[in-house]
Amino acid sequence: MKDNILIIHPRDNVAVALRTLGGGELAVAKGIEGLRALEEIPASHKIALKDISKGEEIIKYGETVAVSTRDIKKGEWVHTHNLESKRWKK
Amino acid sequence: MNEITGYERKDGRFGIRNHVLMLPAVSCVNGVIHRISREVPEAVCFPHAYGCGRGGPRDLEILSRIFSGLIHHPNVGGAVIIGLGCEIFNTKSLLPLIRDAGKPIEVFNVQEDGGSLKTTEKGIAAARRILSEVGSQPRTALPWDKLMVAMECGGSDAMSGVTANVAMGAVSDWLVEKGATVIFGENTEMIGTAHVLARRAKNAKVAKQIEEMIERAEKLTREVMGDLASLVISPGNMDGGMSTIAEKSMGCIFKGGTTTINQVVDYGEASSEHGLILQDGPGYDGDSMAGLAASGSQLMFFSTGRGTPAGFPALPVIKVASNTRIYEAMKDDMDVNAGSLVEGQPLNGLRVEMIDLMTRVINGEKTKAEVNGMDVFTLMTVHPPF
Repeated sequence: MKDNILIIHPRDNVAVALRTLGGGELAVAKGIEGLRALEEIPASHKIALKDISKGEEIIKYGETVAVSTRDIKKGEWVHTHNLESKRWKK
Repeated sequence: MNEITGYERKDGRFGIRNHVLMLPAVSCVNGVIHRISREVPEAVCFPHAYGCGRGGPRDLEILSRIFSGLIHHPNVGGAVIIGLGCEIFNTKSLLPLIRDAGKPIEVFNVQEDGGSLKTTEKGIAAARRILSEVGSQPRTALPWDKLMVAMECGGSDAMSGVTANVAMGAVSDWLVEKGATVIFGENTEMIGTAHVLARRAKNAKVAKQIEEMIERAEKLTREVMGDLASLVISPGNMDGGMSTIAEKSMGCIFKGGTTTINQVVDYGEASSEHGLILQDGPGYDGDSMAGLAASGSQLMFFSTGRGTPAGFPALPVIKVASNTRIYEAMKDDMDVNAGSLVEGQPLNGLRVEMIDLMTRVINGEKTKAEVNGMDVFTLMTVHPPF
């Protein structure tokens, strides 16, 4: 099956959707098993690769790009509704 | 393989185009430039909104550096400059800066040359004279170490930092290996990445400059945007899946590749070093392109995910689409589809394709933005007009 998500760096806890994933759809990438999108993930948006607790760093490119504002479940859409800038708190 | 040619200039630099530039010293005479341009479409016209009304030293420094940088630019074989007469940065202030340019330049002022119509006639004659004078210059072999390539991104989406900027970064590394210079700016899009960039500085001085540059950009953004500072990325960026400036920044700095950062230059300032150079300039595409062009880059790669057609008047701009959808939707504007990476094309294959295209563009093949005339010329200002 063709990859539909991209993991940029091995440290990352989020991946990028290569196309829009429907709720319940299986996310496919090398080294990933049993990851299902819990809701629709728009193309080029982020999906959580693991459970992320409130206050935990969001890692993409192997670097911290944000901090979660609530518990995020593996497979959830990760965007401005559940994270904030580490440098600029909302 | 990958042999390139260009126009050797008296200052030792090489142009990859041989344009006649038509520059108004002040926006009041844009109409004259437009009228000349309709009669002499081969000349490259640089209308703009500046030249007066801002008298602070920093704004004047930027204005003189950008105008002088564009007139000296290696892609420019000659220039027609149209002033008004009473503007703050008039042609009399400009002349000492361009006296040593070593190329044909003719200057007119509407208040002294009989008004807009008579100045237009004089400008048309001058543009034709200079076109015929520079037209006979042959192309000769261009050493790679005389090439400076700018890397720009605008209208980004989350794929810009995954496909297009990664591919441009691979081209950047190849160019630096060849002895060329690569420059990128957009300091607001470096916010949150100071630690990553400073690690790659040539020495402690450059590392400190990088940290200070990004700190200034961050401070300014906070001052201007207040509580909205975390939203300095545009709504379009957010629709594209980017959630924070740090996330956007990581994707942004990928386009400069992975080599040592040898120098930090001010907005529009020329570099004295080869290899990878950072410019302390703004993220806004038009302003950023002018700064990178005035620094002397002859060519630009420009990635876009949401899709912008913008090019720059004297510079071939190679547009790199970050996704296949926008590449197909804006095919007339896009030169490269980096979206191919997510469909299985290896990065190295795309890199080779981009280097081949770059070689052809250097040697004269027009980019989509050149063919379409999608010229944008704006520049950074720091104060409101009086």
